[in-house]
Amino acid sequence: MSSIKIELRKQDIEKIREIAASFGNDEQELINVLHKCQEHFGYLPAEVQEVISEALQVPLAKIYGVVTFYSFFTMTPKGQNPVSICMGTACYVRGAEKVLEEFKKELEIEVGQTTDDGRFSLSSLRCVGACGLAPVVMVGDKTYGRVAPDDVKDILKEYS
Amino acid sequence: MDKKIKQLRLVLRNCGFIDPENIDEAIARDAYLSMGKVITEMHPAEAIKIVKESGLRGRGGGGFPTGLKWEFACNNKADRKYVVCNADEGDPGAFMDRSVLEGDPHSVIEAMAICAYCIGAGEGLIYIRAEYPLAIKRLKTAIAQAREYGLLGKNILGTGFSFDIELRYGAGAFVCGEETALIHSMEGLRGEPTVKPPFPAESGYHGKPTNVNNVETLACIPVIFSKGADWFSKIGTERSKGTKVFALAGKVNNVGLVEVPMGTSLREVIFEIGGGINNDRKFKAVQTGGPSGGCLTEEHLDTPIDFDNLIEAGSMMGSGGMIVMDEDDCMVSVAKFYLDFTVEESCGKCAPCRIGNKRLYELLDHICKGKGDMADLDRLRNMSEVIKDTALCGLGQTSPNPVLSTLDNFYDEYLAHVMDKKCPAGQCRGLMEFFIIEENCVGCTACARVCPVNAIAGERKEPHKINKGICIKCGACMEKCKFDAIIIQ
Repeated sequence: MSSIKIELRKQDIEKIREIAASFGNDEQELINVLHKCQEHFGYLPAEVQEVISEALQVPLAKIYGVVTFYSFFTMTPKGQNPVSICMGTACYVRGAEKVLEEFKKELEIEVGQTTDDGRFSLSSLRCVGACGLAPVVMVGDKTYGRVAPDDVKDILKEYS
Repeated sequence: MDKKIKQLRLVLRNCGFIDPENIDEAIARDAYLSMGKVITEMHPAEAIKIVKESGLRGRGGGGFPTGLKWEFACNNKADRKYVVCNADEGDPGAFMDRSVLEGDPHSVIEAMAICAYCIGAGEGLIYIRAEYPLAIKRLKTAIAQAREYGLLGKNILGTGFSFDIELRYGAGAFVCGEETALIHSMEGLRGEPTVKPPFPAESGYHGKPTNVNNVETLACIPVIFSKGADWFSKIGTERSKGTKVFALAGKVNNVGLVEVPMGTSLREVIFEIGGGINNDRKFKAVQTGGPSGGCLTEEHLDTPIDFDNLIEAGSMMGSGGMIVMDEDDCMVSVAKFYLDFTVEESCGKCAPCRIGNKRLYELLDHICKGKGDMADLDRLRNMSEVIKDTALCGLGQTSPNPVLSTLDNFYDEYLAHVMDKKCPAGQCRGLMEFFIIEENCVGCTACARVCPVNAIAGERKEPHKINKGICIKCGACMEKCKFDAIIIQ
């Protein structure tokens, strides 16, 4: 399922069970449980899904199906500073592709990857609804508008 | 100041005028007044009749008459019914729902309560994208305040009518805007659509009658009751009533939300309200309806915008994204961009959408790389029509629209790609050729050094030359050149 093998600590397992219980261990709340778990762990490795599976009494395959269906959920850890480039139409026609290329070049990673030092990860997302600011780049929760390829170095510098 | 005259703010009536986190300010601008009137003075059938008479049609894209939808849900008897607000605004380039939820959350809550009263539901759910954290926060605040004031909860205004709202989060899947997929997602499943019928009005959430309305549709409801169906139906065109909010973006001077009466022309929106094209470039196309819509050209500029006219012109209203493109945009690439989106967002349940769109994308990619021929254009059209006819849900049935509309309106551009192997807009890398202008080249060798495939040769201080056979068109030389000596043709 995932290339990353981790060992969950006792308190991690407790935390997942606690989250599941807060939603009444109701299988219909699966997506909410996944949201909360991802908030806590930063990603949803197979090991976390296994604990959820037990708690909600939902087959692991079904959970894996849901996790991989929705683009918001990830099974690989993101970098400390997740960089997301909006690839909505408005950003696209205003040159988001070139900005993305520049990030790829600067960080030496592809979309969906994390730098070796774990500091940055790169993803493209579909419309953050800030089309007036196109093209838009988000680093963590911070939004940068009207980004040109030349701005990329400066943006990354803020996080070094 | 034409800008103000042409616009009419019904849906956005309170956005920017109230503090969305303060219910008193909303109430001061008549929030919950319509709800009060409906639940204390009207019979549900009477209220549904008003919505029907107003002529309101679903703003999420489909344009289905809202009153009729309510009536279906009302007529299906069940012990439990649900009202769902579709706030899964996944359409790239559209942000009107986000603005309503962030700027005037009470209008949506009020409308949901009115709907619940009409169809006999006790519970409401708002399915909202996790990508909109501020909208989520404001909705939570608004719901809590409404409960505190007794405008949500048990026995509202002492009428015996009870209704409450919960939030459900999306997780980034465009197809969840489709109502059956949305319902599955709320049930904790993969957001895959199912065949209709049964419609959600018969069997929706938990198999109970469910009424799903879009945010903008709901935001119209309180106005209809406060001003009357007659007043509302006087705005707009014969078959499309009221106003529509558009998210104007792309190569236009004034970007942002625009609310105009139905029937306003594209020219008025783009050139008068939008202030024309950036940098005095020439207008080329406007894309409406997102990945389900199409690209309209100059000849459509004077078409009055409404549901039926846009469909006739080969596009659709969609949720209201309006992306303006100028002469630098390649329409084949734009079609490819949308197909790329659809391929990624297709849930994979039905073969026409899963496989067909992938093949369409590959064909377009092929053409953009200069490898296409005339037969490919026929293949594009055939395949598009098959997908349209056979896909399971709205996503697949409309996904070939960007291809069909660009084929219809910009056939020349496709021809240029496949026959002359040229991209008129200069966007398709595979069709470009890099040249060195001899007069500008000083022979600094910077380009030759940066070229990854050693395609540039020349003596120091002599003009250089690019060997087209070796060039991979990466553009590195052009970036490096300080003398603007390298151009694309």
